[in-house]
Amino acid sequence: MAKFSKSSVPQFSVDVYQNEFLPEGGREVNAIVTVTSTGGGTVGGAVAAPQFYAAGRGADAAVALMVDCSGSMDYPPTKMRNARDATAAAIDALRDGVHFAVIGGTHVAKEVFPGGGRLAVADAQTRDQAKQALRKLSAGGGTAIGTWLRLADRLLSAADVPASSVRHGILLTDGRNEHESPEDLKAALDACAGRFTCDARGVGTDWEVKEVTGIASAMLGTADIVADPAGLAADFTRMMETAMGKEVADVALRLWTPLGSEIKFVKQVAPTVEELTDRRVEVGPRAGDYPTGSWGDESRDYHVCVQVPNAELGQEMLAGRVSLVIPGADGSAQTLAQGLVRAVWTDDMTASTSINPQVAHYTGQAELAQVIQQGLDARKAGDADGATAKLGRAVQLAAASGNADTAKLLSKVVDVVDAAEGTVRLKAKVAEADEMTLETRSTKTVRVKK
Amino acid sequence: MSTCPSCEEPLESGDRFCGACGYDLSAVPAPPDDLPTVTLSTDVAAPAQTPDVDWPSAPELDSSDTPAPVHLPTDLPGTDSGGSELPSAVRFDGVPEQAGESAGDYTLPAPDPRTAPPEALATPPAGTKLCVACRAGHVDRDGYCENCGHAQPRERDHMEQELGAVAAVSDRGLRHHRNEDAFAIASAALPDGTPSVVSIVCDGVSSATRPDEASLAASRAASEALLESLPRGTHPQQAMHDAIVAAAEAVNVLAQEPGAAREHAPHQNAPACTLVGAIVAKDLLIVGWVGDSRAYWVPDDRTAPAARLTEDDSWAAQMVAAGLMNEAEAYADERAHAITGWLGADAYELEPHTASFKPDRPGVVVVCTDGLWNYAEAAEEMARVIPADAAHRPLHSAQVLVGHALDGGGHDNVTVAVLPFPVPPQGAGSA
Repeated sequence: MAKFSKSSVPQFSVDVYQNEFLPEGGREVNAIVTVTSTGGGTVGGAVAAPQFYAAGRGADAAVALMVDCSGSMDYPPTKMRNARDATAAAIDALRDGVHFAVIGGTHVAKEVFPGGGRLAVADAQTRDQAKQALRKLSAGGGTAIGTWLRLADRLLSAADVPASSVRHGILLTDGRNEHESPEDLKAALDACAGRFTCDARGVGTDWEVKEVTGIASAMLGTADIVADPAGLAADFTRMMETAMGKEVADVALRLWTPLGSEIKFVKQVAPTVEELTDRRVEVGPRAGDYPTGSWGDESRDYHVCVQVPNAELGQEMLAGRVSLVIPGADGSAQTLAQGLVRAVWTDDMTASTSINPQVAHYTGQAELAQVIQQGLDARKAGDADGATAKLGRAVQLAAASGNADTAKLLSKVVDVVDAAEGTVRLKAKVAEADEMTLETRSTKTVRVKK
Repeated sequence: MSTCPSCEEPLESGDRFCGACGYDLSAVPAPPDDLPTVTLSTDVAAPAQTPDVDWPSAPELDSSDTPAPVHLPTDLPGTDSGGSELPSAVRFDGVPEQAGESAGDYTLPAPDPRTAPPEALATPPAGTKLCVACRAGHVDRDGYCENCGHAQPRERDHMEQELGAVAAVSDRGLRHHRNEDAFAIASAALPDGTPSVVSIVCDGVSSATRPDEASLAASRAASEALLESLPRGTHPQQAMHDAIVAAAEAVNVLAQEPGAAREHAPHQNAPACTLVGAIVAKDLLIVGWVGDSRAYWVPDDRTAPAARLTEDDSWAAQMVAAGLMNEAEAYADERAHAITGWLGADAYELEPHTASFKPDRPGVVVVCTDGLWNYAEAAEEMARVIPADAAHRPLHSAQVLVGHALDGGGHDNVTVAVLPFPVPPQGAGSA
């Protein structure tokens, strides 16, 4: 039980990869910031040996499971049964002492367990009761995901856990969000974002990729497709294990930049591409916070691009100070780790023209995600030439960067003639599940080959 | 009723059953009251929906634990693009004499302790300094301005030292972001009690990692070695040779330190630097060197010929020595300054060069890095640039020489040590 001795408060470290040298007149500074948290992880430990974790052991957490119970879940009937089994598997993966609730979602949200606007505290008994309650789930009604999220928010915020606890949702849907307007969903997401994190899954192929990825993105969770309902239980267990491994909630990436500078973009680039630029919250002079959600034992990479004011040759400037903070309610912040992004002006052309390999790699990965999206959009719009060009570029980028998973998904949508050149032909017939898988997972990146 | 109360399927007027789920519409009472779920959470969600009015309160401390600076709108218009104050003639908002009353962080000058309220005099965290570039922001612990981000001058950017008869000056120059040169000067008593002076000048190799640490380690190690061996009676030329070997070892050790992994560039070269040293002991003048840093001899009587005392370990020098090129051609080549000898773990073979001279007249020894001799390459040029009273005012002479390099463009770090020959008797040095 080596993990037993691990402190439950994760240690954060920040590494900055950049070429700090700028030519005369150069202003754009790019850096890849790798954030690693270690020491929190109870992943596996709590699940494989829950008996070692007394109630309340590990981080306090509250979890809401949102299961689609709309009428379409009965076509085929195995879908509802698999959803029930998957939810039961997720409940089994709950650590003792975690507060949880199950919500049945249709055009309205219903508390399935425990009910009464409360959350249950996980132990052997409540897990059993919850699974009993799942049997009563039946399909019927529409789909209004915003109402599910708002109910989850109400339950999670009322949970009897410390304010700093991890609050997490798991959302399963099989259809389009037809029974509320996109504005309603957007309003619900705006209201819930930052209050809890949420993973979203689409089961089957009748759901809208942009809806599900949009929910996960707004709620700082993961999105994926489970094309075959039989795979749900394994996926739910994995998701819950990851959620149970989270030790610290509401961590923000704080970026300070000097006077007169302009932030071109801030995005997460690993494990997935996530644009954060517009999610900045100002926190002080020249500093702003970008939400990153909750952290367990994991590592993520961020790409920061800052345009700094010009300075003379030989000058050195701090172009950015990147820190990981837990913002307090009173405006204070606990700094977990920080890294410095520098700018140094030099007339050494060799130094100033070289591109940092990490920056180059992730610039390519971000482009990969973008061209896949553009290619699939063009394909849907009937623009075969545009789709071929974009997806060809995607194949080229995936091959060059060693992103094997994405390359495999691409090969189900296009016939690859020459991967290095990016020459492809659109497949005449593409399984809907394959296309949706590619679109859902287009933002997945790989790290630089060491 | 426009939608089915059971499944929300749109209805047409006159429908008696829902077309989708078969719900009996005739039995429908008022819509179920769980529909307004959507609005129930607005109370809780309200703050998140109105971020534009819910300003976060300003933190007392920022991420680096120093007080967060506070801006007032009136602070802004009166600064130029560098963040410094405009002269009052071009200001439209009046000279900010009330600046002392603003939130205080950017207040200049410091509030008068006799009149200021006690809170304005709160002790800033230790080490808090104002930025030299914008003169508005505090300097954080990492040495950068919290306002404009400019790196603050570091101790090594400009160093001067005078020790009796010997003096040295080192400057970052105008084009490099840090000073990778280092020097050490010292005086040691020989066994018979006569004074001797020592100077070591090192130039870090920029293409290697941590050149600044290499030059510092080498200059210190060499000077310490000399201070130990000279009083013991070791012949100065042998002492110089041993000192260069000691300096090389000190630089080699740097490559093994765990700090070597600090920079994310494992492919970079091990720390390296050049070294040139001079010893004036009785009637002897000893020089020793590795690399392309140089020593010059300039007689007090400027009509006598000056001379360069060292032979560069450089591509150009080797070309000239081998008779393949004349000096002008060799130094015009872009490879001219590629050095062929240095101190560091990557050096092929350490070849310390030493030379011993017995000057027949008084003069000064100029020990310098290429940051200076690039602007006064020939010995005659050096003799022209150095002030006539160099032997009596070595520090002033070193300053003048550094100034000459900066006036010429200051493309590299500049370091100069000036040693008078012979060593002036005690108490007769510059005052």
